[in-house]
Amino acid sequence: MRVRQFLLAAMLSLVAGAVSAQTIDAARSSVSATFKQMGVPVEGKFKKIGGQVSYDAANPAAARAQVDVDIASFDLGDPQYNREVQQKDWFDGARFPAASFVSTGVKAAGAGRFEVSGKLTIKGRSVNVSVPLSARADGGATVFEGSVPVRRLAFSIGEGEWKDTALLADEVVIKFRLAVPAGK
Amino acid sequence: MSAPYTSTAKWLHWLVAALIFANLALGLTMVDIPGITPTKLRYFNWHKWVGVTVFALVTLRLAWRAMHPPPPLPDSMPRWERRAAAASHAALYALMFALPLSGYFYSLAVGFPVVYLGLFPLPVLIEPNPALKEPLVLLHHVLAWSIIVLLLVHVGAALKHRFVDRDDVLQRILPRQT
Repeated sequence: MRVRQFLLAAMLSLVAGAVSAQTIDAARSSVSATFKQMGVPVEGKFKKIGGQVSYDAANPAAARAQVDVDIASFDLGDPQYNREVQQKDWFDGARFPAASFVSTGVKAAGAGRFEVSGKLTIKGRSVNVSVPLSARADGGATVFEGSVPVRRLAFSIGEGEWKDTALLADEVVIKFRLAVPAGK
Repeated sequence: MSAPYTSTAKWLHWLVAALIFANLALGLTMVDIPGITPTKLRYFNWHKWVGVTVFALVTLRLAWRAMHPPPPLPDSMPRWERRAAAASHAALYALMFALPLSGYFYSLAVGFPVVYLGLFPLPVLIEPNPALKEPLVLLHHVLAWSIIVLLLVHVGAALKHRFVDRDDVLQRILPRQT
């Protein structure tokens, strides 16, 4: 899995051509998921994230991104809940230890704004998503920020009696901030 | 026969009484459900909504009480009983505020803001704070057991008035007095 992802990233960076892929600066990046439990917003953070981004501000349409998150690092702020969401009905972290996003295309959407389409894979299920984001230079890095709503049931997150969307809304908003060191 | 409570006061009393009994039962039940289940999450949310409702109704009760003082106690009551009645009623009112508040702040400390009936987000007065979780949940439990004890005293005193003293203190709060 990891090898395949690495090869894919490598291939994508070759396709991208002039710009080499840079590793995401995890310390300055964050990915979170916010869901609603009987109307109550609850946010969980993925503490371990990684991936590669090739981005040239002069030619953003050629940008490529691969983002990986470590499912076991999902933190809801309570050890009991953290254990629960690793169970089979939820993320099934033992079988699917990583989630990923691999871009397939980038469209400019105004100054410093882009629409990135790609494939989001969680719990072994892949869904095509379109992610609006902003890009700005910040301290020797490019910071990409955005959020995208997804449907948890499309990824079978919360199976069995947890399918009840009155208890747990289907919509989950994934929010991210990715810092990518500038470099050619 | 001395004057009864106003019918608004009676309604508020019995409504709040029913909600408190329901919420004590719900609270004691939900904390005994092991693990994390849909039922448990539902009970926790209902418990919070009922607690918020009690808080609002008790605020209303106190406002009503300020404008409509309760009927005087019978002259036959000794002084210590009057004092005990005043003190236990004051303590009950204090607990009816403190108990929901301690639960509300506990929920905020854990990082679950209260959304009334799943529709109306209530103010987030403190940030999630793991250090406050233990003391607040302990406080909530101590206050819950305190109100249980006080309610037993309250009901016991009402029955004493009815069957031992044979005065009309209990009847003043009962519906449709004759």
